[in-house]
Amino acid sequence: MTSITPAQAELISPAEVEDVELYHPKTWVTKYVFSQDAKVIAIQYSCTAIGIGLVALVLSWLIRLQLGFPDSFDFISPSDYYQFITMHGMIMVIYLLTALFLGGFGNYLIPLMVGARDMVFPYVNMLSYWIYLLAVLVLVASWFVPGGPTGAGWTLYPPQAILSGTPGSDAGIILMLVSLALFIIGFTMGGLNYVTTVLQARTRGMTLMRMPLTIWGIFTATVLALLAFPALFVAAVMMTLDSMLGTSFFMPSIVEMNEYLEYGGGSPILFQHLFWFFGHPEVYIVALPAFGIVSDLLSVHSRRHIFGYRMMVWAIVGIGALSFVVWAHHMYVSGMNPWFGFFFATTTLIIAVPTAIKVYNWTLTLWHGNIRLTLPMLFALAFIVTFLNGGITGLFLGNVVVDVPLSDTMFVVAHFHMVMGVAPILVIFGAIYHWFPLITGRMMNQAMGQFHFWVTFIGAYVIFLPIHYLGFLGVPRRYFEMGDTSFIPESVASLNAFVTVAALIVGFAQLVFMYNLFWSASKGKVAERNPWQATTLEWQTPEMPPAHGNFGETLPVVYRWAYEYGAPGYDEDFVPQNQPPIGASAETGGDGVPDGAAQPAK
Amino acid sequence: MVVVIVLVLVTIGTVLFHFLAPTIGWWWTPIASNWGFIDTTIIITFWVTGAVFVAVLGFMAYCVYRFRYQKGRRSAYKPEDNKLELWLTGLTALGVVVMLTPGLFVWNQFITVPEDADEFEVMAQQWQWSYRFPGEDGILGTTSPRFIDDDNPFGVNPNDANGQDDILIDDSELHLPLDRPVKVLLRSIDVLHNFSVPQFRAKMDMVPGTVTYYWLTPIRAGTFDALCFELCGVGHHAMRGTVVVETESEFEAWLGEYSTFAQSMARAGNGAEKVLNLVSREVEATSVEKKSAQ
Repeated sequence: MTSITPAQAELISPAEVEDVELYHPKTWVTKYVFSQDAKVIAIQYSCTAIGIGLVALVLSWLIRLQLGFPDSFDFISPSDYYQFITMHGMIMVIYLLTALFLGGFGNYLIPLMVGARDMVFPYVNMLSYWIYLLAVLVLVASWFVPGGPTGAGWTLYPPQAILSGTPGSDAGIILMLVSLALFIIGFTMGGLNYVTTVLQARTRGMTLMRMPLTIWGIFTATVLALLAFPALFVAAVMMTLDSMLGTSFFMPSIVEMNEYLEYGGGSPILFQHLFWFFGHPEVYIVALPAFGIVSDLLSVHSRRHIFGYRMMVWAIVGIGALSFVVWAHHMYVSGMNPWFGFFFATTTLIIAVPTAIKVYNWTLTLWHGNIRLTLPMLFALAFIVTFLNGGITGLFLGNVVVDVPLSDTMFVVAHFHMVMGVAPILVIFGAIYHWFPLITGRMMNQAMGQFHFWVTFIGAYVIFLPIHYLGFLGVPRRYFEMGDTSFIPESVASLNAFVTVAALIVGFAQLVFMYNLFWSASKGKVAERNPWQATTLEWQTPEMPPAHGNFGETLPVVYRWAYEYGAPGYDEDFVPQNQPPIGASAETGGDGVPDGAAQPAK
Repeated sequence: MVVVIVLVLVTIGTVLFHFLAPTIGWWWTPIASNWGFIDTTIIITFWVTGAVFVAVLGFMAYCVYRFRYQKGRRSAYKPEDNKLELWLTGLTALGVVVMLTPGLFVWNQFITVPEDADEFEVMAQQWQWSYRFPGEDGILGTTSPRFIDDDNPFGVNPNDANGQDDILIDDSELHLPLDRPVKVLLRSIDVLHNFSVPQFRAKMDMVPGTVTYYWLTPIRAGTFDALCFELCGVGHHAMRGTVVVETESEFEAWLGEYSTFAQSMARAGNGAEKVLNLVSREVEATSVEKKSAQ
């Protein structure tokens, strides 16, 4: 316990490296456009991600219109439909969730929460954003090329992704692959920054086992991403070669529409292994930051320390490690060697144990707390509900033989939307409501926030819960329309119409949220300092919003873990991480030298 | 307070929905194969995970109610409780074992084809199904996309004696005999497909370049829809087939209506010449492959 409880002042080691001079922008352009300040980059990342996310939202409406009211919308053809689902999935997973959690929250929170002035490689960090923006533009460009964007499904499985029976098989798929490659290059630049900053730029006293779980989540997710994205990168390069140069990495002998193609010897399953070697860690690249952030939201707003902090850290690390040995559970019915099923079902169900521990500890954090039902807290509670639901259905799909009837049905659609769509997005909302005062100095509007929360939570739950049961029935996913199918009762059509209406309503609530963001940024109630009475360093900056360099003259010194809520012996029910233990002087660090003298900020 | 009520309602509502959904038909289609064990494993999973779902959400609702904000109240300070965590880990691990063990046993059955299973093949292409039975010798002839042309749409190797009596069904309707185990060989000539009848529970992708399989025993006579369960292009949703399960004699009668590979080649005229052409094509293709290998 010594690692997390308040340390004696003399245990704080002296600074090992001198404070590095930051790049100071001189013009408006270098301050707000080509900025090297992680906070500005974070806003750029977030706005771009939310912007392209709105495209995915509109696509989801179009998808639902077709599913809810087939034959009613002439402007949606099968090609359009498959393009919609492909782009919706890819945008949500990569360009929204990954970019927002790591590029957005990672950039904003890592330096502030570990007590650093900025990321360690600010210039590379800036490049990371601009390459990400380029990737998004290339992706958007695929709507404007002949044939339109690819309609191969977000999994982009060859051979169909590059054959003529699939929409966008000429230019669309190439742009998609190029965009992914760019995204990965940009992400790697950011990711190396996040990892190095967490490992090397923590302030004095901020031991790894005192970091807020938000940072543990983002850090571990970034490590996963750095290891997993290369698999997608090579897969994208190889498929580009298959498509443009006629190589056969993934292409066996094929007769397409009565024509014998010049391919031979490649393996479509090889692509699937590469894709899911990336794709499964990707689930945790999205989930782990959400796990971390929601831990902090629950702790702050229930005024209680996170329950079992060290267990939570090891659970994050353990889940991250295990996530690399479960990928083929996406491929139980892919035609791979069926003996793999035993191994991957076992590893997949083992990963449920640390995940369940996290869920238990979240609820145990509420236990004996003093729960404030603020907006961030509401979203955090809703996350537990949806994540629990989605995690449970994961146990169905992970248990190899149970997956057989459910695979490629709407059950899978309901499962992954609940667990890696709805749940992490609820955390994103909670996090935005939580940190909005820090970023803008103003509180978000309560009334709009309450409306947004209730419609989103209840709406999303009633959308995705019944869809599981369509999967039991055997309704396949990725179907433009069901047509006449004997085992599907007519009530399914009513259910689909209901879900579509609910989806449109939930979609509308997101527009209210967007309006709230803009409205509150200029007209919201001015926030008091540290409005949530949180312990972590980002709230202890001299200015709010934090200025360039984050911490003013001296970097903070950390004496305790991030969860000192309700600690006995203090007047307040929270103790900031940088508050010295009772009896120690605030002026000196462990070296006995006044911090101000040791750490001049230039 | 609203939050507590909603949490309780969500919990109860989810459980109620689970039990009421089957009454409007939102539940699995009645089974028509031997894979009832899969359904049993699903039921076990429902009970284990359902208990956890209710317990966790119930506890959460209790906490939100019992420990709602009160001015001046302080939370209890107890950062860790190793004993509690150990118990929770142990119970979760037990739940995992209860679900995984039957799952792996049934998976072992699923991938172990009985020796007396009759083989037949489903061939997929954008966006239709066709079928091939092995004929009198009980052995399917080899195939290759190279042999495919208008007269030989199945790509059966004309030089393979085993393939001559293969019965070709160039039709989306398949018949199967009741209560006979069958090994379904799955072949695609273009992209990924997946031939599945929801009532049979079994499912496997068809991958061009290789042959995959599953096995089952139809246990209920009737007519069932077969669907494609792997995205295969714009016609994916329209790639339908029909499976008729009937008595052995009815099945034999149906099979007898279709001609063998040798018959269809002969009917295509110039049988011998055709075979020669194909052989030279094969030689050509092989030499091309050899060149590219160098």
